[in-house]
Amino acid sequence: MKINDVILQTVTKIVVFIILTFGVELFLSGHNNPGGGFIGGLVLSSAFVLLYLVYDIETVQKGIPFDFKKIAAIGVLLAVGSGTGSMLFGSEFLTHTFSEFTLPVFGATELGTVVLFEAGVALTVVGVVVTIILSISEDV
Amino acid sequence: MNNSIVLPMIIPLITGILLVFFRSHIRLQRIVSVVSIVCTVAISVYILQLIQQEGILRLDFGGWLPPYGILFVADSFSMLLVLTTSIITGILLLYAFASIGVTHEKMFFYPFVFFLITGVNGSFLTGDLFNLFVCFEVMLLASYVLITLGGRKVQLVESIKYISINVLSSWFFLVAIAYLYGTIGTLNMAHLSVRIAEVGQGPLLTVISLIFLIVFSLKAGLLLYFWLPGSYSAPPTVVAALFGALLTKVGVYALFRTFTLIFYHEPGITHKLIGVMAIVTMVFGSVGAIAYQDVRQIVAYNVVIAVGFILVGLAVSTEAGFQGSIYYLVHDMIIKALLYLIAGTMIYLTGKTRIDEMSGLIRNYPLLGWLFFITLLSLAGIPPLSGFIGKVYMGQGTIEAGAFLLLAVAFLSSIFVLYSLLRIFLNSFWGETIINEDDDVPLKKGMLVPCVLLGILTFALGIGVEGIAVYVQDAAETLMNPQIYIEAVLYER
Repeated sequence: MKINDVILQTVTKIVVFIILTFGVELFLSGHNNPGGGFIGGLVLSSAFVLLYLVYDIETVQKGIPFDFKKIAAIGVLLAVGSGTGSMLFGSEFLTHTFSEFTLPVFGATELGTVVLFEAGVALTVVGVVVTIILSISEDV
Repeated sequence: MNNSIVLPMIIPLITGILLVFFRSHIRLQRIVSVVSIVCTVAISVYILQLIQQEGILRLDFGGWLPPYGILFVADSFSMLLVLTTSIITGILLLYAFASIGVTHEKMFFYPFVFFLITGVNGSFLTGDLFNLFVCFEVMLLASYVLITLGGRKVQLVESIKYISINVLSSWFFLVAIAYLYGTIGTLNMAHLSVRIAEVGQGPLLTVISLIFLIVFSLKAGLLLYFWLPGSYSAPPTVVAALFGALLTKVGVYALFRTFTLIFYHEPGITHKLIGVMAIVTMVFGSVGAIAYQDVRQIVAYNVVIAVGFILVGLAVSTEAGFQGSIYYLVHDMIIKALLYLIAGTMIYLTGKTRIDEMSGLIRNYPLLGWLFFITLLSLAGIPPLSGFIGKVYMGQGTIEAGAFLLLAVAFLSSIFVLYSLLRIFLNSFWGETIINEDDDVPLKKGMLVPCVLLGILTFALGIGVEGIAVYVQDAAETLMNPQIYIEAVLYER
């Protein structure tokens, strides 16, 4: 069946970027406000799922040539790695630390290793959600 | 603080993740798996030694002190089980190399075995009830994948039952945790124990403890084992062996932990109920074991009987009883892995599953036949094999507690175990051989070696029982005196 989805495709081209931005915003705000790696990851993956729905799988895979199973694995590795990293410095497993840095554009910024952990969580969520959706779509 | 006690969980986890990247490099996957499991075994031995010198070890994740943070606690009981798990997994991996096939290996078989071990070791080590739930889930999710991987019709049928029963019991687990948190306000096991000792285990808490009993019984196959024989006969041999040797034991461990550390104030209700459930499990398990002609069913019912037998020790709650349970737990993990491997190898060699359709296997495969005979003796509890010492202590424990009915049923069930396996031996290994020389399926060395290793292990555990007696004594002492555990978790810096 060939449907005319010009409007959907045009809207998606813009909306995907809004969703992705919102996902990053949620991810970053998670430190002190509602949000964080899991929720940010879900929103990010919803953008990818929207792309898969609007265009077909081949087109999107040409644009985003990643194996999402591996992305999930990289995510878990990052999360576990940020936990085990603290063991090298002689503190307990999963200990996180932070300190103040002066960055060129942002000025004085607080950077913490917990961001690495959360980034791992976000990547895992993106990888797993997209893999699930793709596996289901293959069956139909 | 001792970071080494998180390693038995972290090493398998990281290995599992790394193996995902090596998807198509099967040789590399195998090498990494073996190296990683050897490291896990070595570290487990090291921690077990360390506990004897320094007492119970704990690790507060992220430096958050108990009862606020989540922590891992390693005592002799949990480390003995972690060590056995790692050794068994190593041997089963060897069998998998020879038997599982390239399609499985390319579909993330090894990563999920390691995720399974992550969950199992995590469950043994955690000191927090909610973390126990999480580790259970890690283990179960990996087991869902392993049971369905391959996608044969029977696997899919059984996996639906397996997944639905486990999702249900996980939900019960969560509800029980919520009830407990609502009543007591903590989930740290040691802190729970302190608080329950302070307020007394009233009717409300006893009811909550019974929900936990139901949950863990479902996982362990104590009385609520109806899902077990079907689910454990569906997957490939090596997966069935992993499940039979390890998964039910996690449920058993959780039962021991909760009913010796947290809910030990009303033995008249909870422990008596466990005793009744153990008796019914052993009786029905025995009936099942001699009722079926299918090797896989017989073996699965043997798992059920063993669960009942181990929990006799918890029902009587004496130090000798605990020692018996721990010895038997370790023994059972080894011997059930061996039993599943031999049963699976028999099916592989003959292509049949019913014992009356196989005959005279010992003529073609003498070593396999004698290994089965050793398994049979070990399970029946003949010295010097590993089943003996557990039964002795179990007998002593039940007599001390005056629980003669438990004693009688436990020992009678051993006779049924012996009979059910002798039936396999007489039918399938003795008699006229049905396999003529021409279509004799060669027995792969890779399949035989793991069986031999497990056979050696059961001998070694039987003869070298003095070697682990120290650890078992320490483990039983900690189970008897929850105060030791609480001291180590809450009051030591």
